[in-house]
Amino acid sequence: MKIPPCLRRMLVLCLLACLPLAANAQDDDGQQLLESLDASSYAQMGVAIEAIITSGDERSRGWLEALLGGKLQRHKETGRFVVVLENRGRDWPVVDALTGEALGEMSRRDLDRLGINNALRGQLQGALAVLDLQADGVSERRQAARALLGDVDATLAEPLTVVIDAEEDAEVRRLLQQALAIHRLEEGDLAAVDALAGSLNSRVRSALNTASRSEDPGLAAAATSALADIEQKMKLNRGLETLYFGLSLGSVLVLAAIGLAITFGVMGVINMAHGELIMLGAYTTWAMQQLMPGQPGLAMVLSIPAGFLVAALAGIAIERGVIQFLKGRPLETLLATFGVSLILQQLVRTVISPLNRTVVTPEWMSGSIMINEGLSLTLNRLYVLGFALVVFAGLMLVMRRTRLGLEVRAVTQNRAMARSMGIRATRVDIMTFALGSGVAGLAGVALSQLTNVGPNLGQNYIIDSFMVVVFGGVGNLWGTLVAGLSLGVINQVLEPWAGAVLAKILVLVFIILFIQKRPRGLFPQKGRAAEG
Amino acid sequence: MIPSSVNRTSRWLAVPLLSAAVATPALSQEDPIKVGILHSLSGTMAISETVLKDTVEMLIEQQNAQGGLLGRELEAVVVDPASDWPLFAEKARELLAQEEVDVIFGNWTSVSRKSVLPVVEELNGLLFYPVQYEGEESSENVFYTGAAPNQQAIPAVNYLMNNVGVERWVLAGTDYVYPRTTNKILEAYLKDEFGVAEDDIMVNYTPFGHSDWQNIVSEIKEFGSEGKKTAVVSTINGDANVPFYRELGNQGIDAADIPVVAFSVGEQELTGIDTAPLVGHLAAWNYFMSVDTDANYDFIDAWIEYTGDEMAVTNDPMEAHYIGFNMWAEAVRKAGTTDVDAVKDAIIGVSVPNLSGGYAAMMPNHHITKPVLIGEIQDNGQFSIVWETPSTVAGDAWSDYLEGSRDLISDWRKPMECGNYNVVKGSCGGSEAQEEVASADE
Repeated sequence: MKIPPCLRRMLVLCLLACLPLAANAQDDDGQQLLESLDASSYAQMGVAIEAIITSGDERSRGWLEALLGGKLQRHKETGRFVVVLENRGRDWPVVDALTGEALGEMSRRDLDRLGINNALRGQLQGALAVLDLQADGVSERRQAARALLGDVDATLAEPLTVVIDAEEDAEVRRLLQQALAIHRLEEGDLAAVDALAGSLNSRVRSALNTASRSEDPGLAAAATSALADIEQKMKLNRGLETLYFGLSLGSVLVLAAIGLAITFGVMGVINMAHGELIMLGAYTTWAMQQLMPGQPGLAMVLSIPAGFLVAALAGIAIERGVIQFLKGRPLETLLATFGVSLILQQLVRTVISPLNRTVVTPEWMSGSIMINEGLSLTLNRLYVLGFALVVFAGLMLVMRRTRLGLEVRAVTQNRAMARSMGIRATRVDIMTFALGSGVAGLAGVALSQLTNVGPNLGQNYIIDSFMVVVFGGVGNLWGTLVAGLSLGVINQVLEPWAGAVLAKILVLVFIILFIQKRPRGLFPQKGRAAEG
Repeated sequence: MIPSSVNRTSRWLAVPLLSAAVATPALSQEDPIKVGILHSLSGTMAISETVLKDTVEMLIEQQNAQGGLLGRELEAVVVDPASDWPLFAEKARELLAQEEVDVIFGNWTSVSRKSVLPVVEELNGLLFYPVQYEGEESSENVFYTGAAPNQQAIPAVNYLMNNVGVERWVLAGTDYVYPRTTNKILEAYLKDEFGVAEDDIMVNYTPFGHSDWQNIVSEIKEFGSEGKKTAVVSTINGDANVPFYRELGNQGIDAADIPVVAFSVGEQELTGIDTAPLVGHLAAWNYFMSVDTDANYDFIDAWIEYTGDEMAVTNDPMEAHYIGFNMWAEAVRKAGTTDVDAVKDAIIGVSVPNLSGGYAAMMPNHHITKPVLIGEIQDNGQFSIVWETPSTVAGDAWSDYLEGSRDLISDWRKPMECGNYNVVKGSCGGSEAQEEVASADE
């Protein structure tokens, strides 16, 4: 983000004089300003942008934001400048850029967009950030100050000190001081190294890295030692980050596998269509969002019960339609359910579309929370991690504390005995399978936030799910949890040095070796249950 | 399924038609010209390939509305190779031997093309291949209407080098032939032409459909904080892109800091993601839906009408089929017949309008001329074109930056008629070094 010096000077003037300036601009002036934006080269556009900022026109901010969003356009025939409100589809609603008058819809054929590139985008963002330092909201000022890191030069440096003195918020002051220090470091100021020492911000590290290659040996040495210090802190950060990545990948594995732990682990049914039940859950999320346009968050929350229900019903259909006839014949069950999985995939492909569907991420799930400057946790994965734990806890409760759980355990341990005690084994079979399938649906709801919602979604998780269940010990929910999380962490620890492909292979080899040693997995069933 | 029912009926029809044709030659004029479409309608590639099937069907419909070709009607023969590479070869054989199609439009992945190649050569068919690929191939029977590396990857790297000032490079790709060969070419190009140090290049491969990008994105972030301008050149293919871009957005990698330039991400792929956090990341193609020409707007309108979806998008491989189809039609008209050998000869030098306001010409090496465009992602899922080559670039089958390959040229005109003529040895048949490169990729 480089802002030309003269522009900076003007920006600073604006900054000090406190916007807005007198709004006396005539429409002619506005027209002229926009006219100059419609230039043939990006360099000329840069100059025109500068002119707009310095004009003090009160509409300039709106223009700059429209330009930044690619929404400032020009009608090809009339040459009228318009701001496009919504640029999807073929006809777009527009308003006049000068007067703000609504002009109805225009065809994109007739409009010419004033396009910008990354350099101009940087210029615009920098300019808007300087203006934002005057904003009322603290969070806006912080964001603006953060954007200025690594982007301060001589003309901005001096007035910035005045701004810092006037600033009330300590965080904004600290960020601005850091921004200033980066500038002084670029000038070769040795003292600036001290001011930056210990910061984990990537722009600060970038500046120190450049300084460590400087020709001034004193500065280079100071920067190198500061970097070594930061490196030390970063190591801890990186360790935590890898752990988080691992747990988050692990939670995905747990979610995908936990339903299987019920149907395969507890009931002993090899259900190859498990992945497709996950897929149904994900598609339910999509369908809910289609039903409630504009409210992705609410739709997301409602898809949790809906996804469970849809997948559970599909599970019941599979159990009644196929699996009950193949009781005790695992190989045939495997083949039949594999067929079911192909049917479900093709069904989605034909009925909905072979193309992936877009599931919108609600506002509160996107972005990341910053733990410190060098470590931030992505929110969507944090939610999925929490969700996985909640689902696990819920499932444990059902299995341990409810009548259904008791009956399930009774039937799986000794079917004949349970029946003679008056438990309706067939009904329990259906309920168990529905429960396992429903949980798969829940996994689908969560996965819709992380991966593609398409017909192949399930296929990608079926092998991993079986792997986790077998590794954890068939029939043991705790085993599935521990196995999923630890496989996730192992995978993420291996990945940086082995690469994604090799890491997957290594994990598989590890599991094969482990199963050789302990054929019943991490937490084998003990006592009578083991014989079942 | 639809394809098989078409096959069955046409097989039944073929018998009486054939006998009728023998009896009265005049009737043969009424036989439809058969156009084979070999795109996966199921399996993992269906996401990309189904729209191409629809595109060819639309083009056939348009051609028929204009009175067909040589006074005969065109008929689409659709088969589904189901994203299964060996099945591609079988289905190609079915199209050529049983259906006796006059031309095939098809394939997406390089591995599927490699699988079809021997069949098309053996049965002397015509295949139009519409996707950007790694080069290092030139077949007498295949016409490459997508970009060769010098029409996409090399210009994109030049743009990053000269206009953005990139000094450190991450080459990230899916683990198969196209990304590996392309990255090999790019690595050689960066080192030889610009003297980029080994330390400043990071290469990373991931499996098809990879969905957990946390670690890799964090590594890229780390790699980019060394004080030098860093860019990611992405040959990540298919739907693995969606979680990749999502992770980029979530970890806050801004296009202003570390731009990502992608060779396999088009409008179609972007329909699966919220593009607001991705604004400014780049893609290099030969066509964007946002190209501002009347020809393009007409094509988009026709496409929207054909699909009945107001939000339908067009992309680069669709334009490649548009060009390929028109070139083939033009060559058939020129040759006055659909005979494969005659069309093959006639098509070299044929030039048809592309959708970006210029012309595409078929070169003697069976590649075409294309403009190279660099676009930045916008928040509406479209690209804003920020740079383009001043004129069209001719596709180069054999890369100039790979050992062995640089000695080879391809020219299918008489008298040379060779796809891998070695200018050093002065003979047709490739070079040993290139054989090694090729076998290393298998």
